[in-house]
Amino acid sequence: MARLTPDNVEIALEIIGRYPRPKSALIPLLHLAQEQDGHVTDEAMAHIAELVGVSAAEVLGTASFYEMFKFEPVGRYMVNICTNISCQLMGGEELLEHAEHTLGIRPGQTTADGLFTIEDVECIAACTEAPCLQVNYRYFHRITNEEFDQLVADLRAGARNDIPAHGTLARVRQRIPVDRRAGVVTPEDTAQPVWLAGSQEAKS
Amino acid sequence: MSDTEAPAVDGVVVEINGHEVVARKGELLIDAAERAGTYIPRFCYHERMKPVGMCRMCLVEVDSGRGPALQPSCMIECTPGMKVDTESEITKKAQDGVLEFLLLNHPLDCPVCDKGGECPLQDQTMAYGPGESRMVEEKRHKEKPIPISELVLLDRERCILCDRCTRFAKEVAGDPLIHFIHRGNNTEVNTFPDEPFASYFSGNTVQICPVGALTASTYRFKARPWDLETTESTCQGCSFGCRISIDSSRDQIQRFSGVDIDPVNWGWLCDKGRFSSEAVNAAGRLGEPLLRTASGLAPARWSEALAAAAAALSAADPAAIGVIGGARLTNEDAYAWSKLFKGVLGTDNVDAQLGDGLPAEALLGLPRTTIDDLCAPGGTVVLLGPDPKEELPVLFLRLRHAVENDGVTLLEISPRRSGISSLAAVSLQPRPGETGELLRALTAGTEADRDIAGIPVDRVNAMRALLAAAAGPVKVVLGRSSVGESEAVTLDATSVLLAARPDTVFLPAVRRANIHGALDMGLAPGLLPGRVGLDAARDWFGSRWPSVPAARGLDTTGILTAAAAGRLEVLVLLGADPLADFPDARLAERAIAGVRTIISVDTLLNTTSERAHIVLAAAGFAEKAGTTTNLEGRVSTLSQRVTPPGTARPDWVLATELASRLGADLGFASPAEILAEISAVVPSHLGLTADLLAQAPDGLVLPIGATSGLPAPVAFTPTPAVPAPPVDAYAFRLVATRKLYDQGTIVQAGPHLSGLAAGTSVRVNPYDFDRIGVAAGGTVSVRSPQATLVMPIHADAGVPRGTAAVVVNQAEHRVAELMNVGDVICELLIETTS
Repeated sequence: MARLTPDNVEIALEIIGRYPRPKSALIPLLHLAQEQDGHVTDEAMAHIAELVGVSAAEVLGTASFYEMFKFEPVGRYMVNICTNISCQLMGGEELLEHAEHTLGIRPGQTTADGLFTIEDVECIAACTEAPCLQVNYRYFHRITNEEFDQLVADLRAGARNDIPAHGTLARVRQRIPVDRRAGVVTPEDTAQPVWLAGSQEAKS
Repeated sequence: MSDTEAPAVDGVVVEINGHEVVARKGELLIDAAERAGTYIPRFCYHERMKPVGMCRMCLVEVDSGRGPALQPSCMIECTPGMKVDTESEITKKAQDGVLEFLLLNHPLDCPVCDKGGECPLQDQTMAYGPGESRMVEEKRHKEKPIPISELVLLDRERCILCDRCTRFAKEVAGDPLIHFIHRGNNTEVNTFPDEPFASYFSGNTVQICPVGALTASTYRFKARPWDLETTESTCQGCSFGCRISIDSSRDQIQRFSGVDIDPVNWGWLCDKGRFSSEAVNAAGRLGEPLLRTASGLAPARWSEALAAAAAALSAADPAAIGVIGGARLTNEDAYAWSKLFKGVLGTDNVDAQLGDGLPAEALLGLPRTTIDDLCAPGGTVVLLGPDPKEELPVLFLRLRHAVENDGVTLLEISPRRSGISSLAAVSLQPRPGETGELLRALTAGTEADRDIAGIPVDRVNAMRALLAAAAGPVKVVLGRSSVGESEAVTLDATSVLLAARPDTVFLPAVRRANIHGALDMGLAPGLLPGRVGLDAARDWFGSRWPSVPAARGLDTTGILTAAAAGRLEVLVLLGADPLADFPDARLAERAIAGVRTIISVDTLLNTTSERAHIVLAAAGFAEKAGTTTNLEGRVSTLSQRVTPPGTARPDWVLATELASRLGADLGFASPAEILAEISAVVPSHLGLTADLLAQAPDGLVLPIGATSGLPAPVAFTPTPAVPAPPVDAYAFRLVATRKLYDQGTIVQAGPHLSGLAAGTSVRVNPYDFDRIGVAAGGTVSVRSPQATLVMPIHADAGVPRGTAAVVVNQAEHRVAELMNVGDVICELLIETTS
């Protein structure tokens, strides 16, 4: 697991083609790398740097700003349990403690089988549904200890097809038709965005 | 910046602390205030980089008509009627707060910090900060300095995240190898893992760091600022002429720093120049003369050594004396040697170049331009010379700024893609030997209709169109882009361009330290001091010098050829090392073996002077005063900061000593007296007095006085076309270029630089590997008509097909053995070694 695979390079080039400047594709390509390996490897960052024409240090500088990019291996399922104020009032900390016992790990650690990593997180914007958690950024609302154990059992049993491995943002890959792309024209060089011209043509 | 005059028109009147100040249109408030004498404290703002407003230290109260408010003065332009208070209570409270904030995590390890004593954070805390700390909490701790390159160390806990180094790396140097990593309180500057900050300009980040976060490995714990004695001088790492300050302590050079002068280096230095400070104190510096005995070179008395040298010189026929070198010298030294050899001994076999430059008539005779004119906004620059990043690094910075910010169009003609190719509007790689043909197509009245010199026709026409569209004179950076190709090819291309566009101007990119000063002082065959020819100035110097050589002498190639044939009795090396530097190593070897007496005047022993018979120990850079001349023809001062090792003497002293032993008096007894003679005698330097130089911190571009009534200066004579050599499909054409770090004295004498010379391999285009039958990284036999070398081979997409690129003067592989100095090109066969 290192650089982007040939298949992923093809996807990467398609993504780069959507933007006026290759550098703009940096974040989507980092997600692609994380989808490939479960975390963002140094080799993948160096590869992305080559693809978009910046230095590897610039890729690392951008990537490391964001919490959702992991630079060390994490479990197949990243479990984020909210302990911010609403969740805390509704039992978030107790839920976290329960999760620690169930999985036998502390926040930031990964289970020996490589399946689960838990993190305590700040508000994930679901206060009305407290206490809440995310598994690979998919929400689970008003979770009880029993529900948590069931979720873990289901994930262990492979019964949750709706949650792909860590790094996969969406099970359906986004495709942007060529005529809807901004194209390779830089914003400074065009009076009107390509897509706007396209939609005006459609109206007339 | 240095300009203190406010403009009469386009001025913007603002009020700073109750005084009216006229700012330039668009000028930043922080600059306008400083020009008016009000210094606003800052950390992130640097006048040679774009402002970012990161550190908030320059907050001042600004009233633009809507009431006073705190604003960062580095981010706002002066507008009419703006009222500014840099000393109000609110401003002071803001400064106080910013400093307290910065000191939350900055360690107070000033007593062991290299920056202590010259630290902006320390100074500004004393001037503007809170008197006492309220901080009782533990500070952030990080691993103490981590190397981010061989030369620069990073102490992350001292960093205040001002973005100066990272902005420099990206904006100025174009090497964004350091970057902010992580976020918030965890933010730090760092490199990518295993990808060091290996920029040729990394040392500048140490100089502009406003705290002690970045330190130089050469200077760590060497001295304290209050122990340093400082003198301004001019860097002699190459011929660009960057202004530097030299710091010494206890009679030892400690470091060089860049000095900001507008016409040349803008405060920047390359790492070779900056860290060449170590070469001054190098181990092995000669402190006494040496004489060859049965058991090798042995220390001798000056009287013996000088007598031996004088005897050898007086016994030889002037036509059998050859003198090579001179770029290491000051102008005064060069004049003294020139007067001794040409005016007293009467030999004209004198050449400061080593067969790897261009004829002096071309360098001195072509219409010259300045760096500022070259980089003037909107111009068109043709690079017909070496890679500036490798040979004249700060010229690269100036050109990079000109292309990125000032709309300069750069057209590159080089034998392989270089460090500046990505900045060029069009970069063409003609086959070696065919640059003249390319220039003919580029300047022709009609578009090319076929591929030229191996370049696709559309690329040729793309550059042709840009060249035709150039407004005003085309400016050319001219030099030898590859020593694997004859100088005649470059001269042919120059002649073609000059014929098509007679207003073309040139910046001669010949790189050795004071080579331009040495040529000005007549250290070239057929020339006398003052950029004049032997015949044109015969009368002028006939009445001012003891004598003038009868006829034009030999250049370095000629001298070495004569020596190899046994026709040379005495070879004088003025800091030259032909065995290492001459492009035809086999000829140099035969020459050194064939000459009767070799006199080397040098600061260190090199491969050639180790075989000398008489070695005269010379004082080096920072050990003697004088003047130097850069590639523009700008004369600036060199200062003495330390005493030479042992009894080593300045070259001018050696020249006068030898003259008196030869029964002549050169007529001067100090560098000042030599400069006075130069300003009275040398046609191009008339009127160049020490007083004038003292008043011109940026140096003076020659000529400065009247030019009428003087001997006619040398002129460039157009040279005949060089026919394109027939293409041999089996052979590769050699491209031999230089790297900044090589086996030269400055690099090898410094312990921190010497390891950076990367060695060489033969590099060919990836598509050419099939015909060789070797994988990249393998070993091949490289065969020229002269020699066969066994070298590693690497793929390099920047090398055009059919050519093979090597780097000269690197350890292990002596690629100069491959070349034969008279040939237009050097053809190689590359074969498997089995």
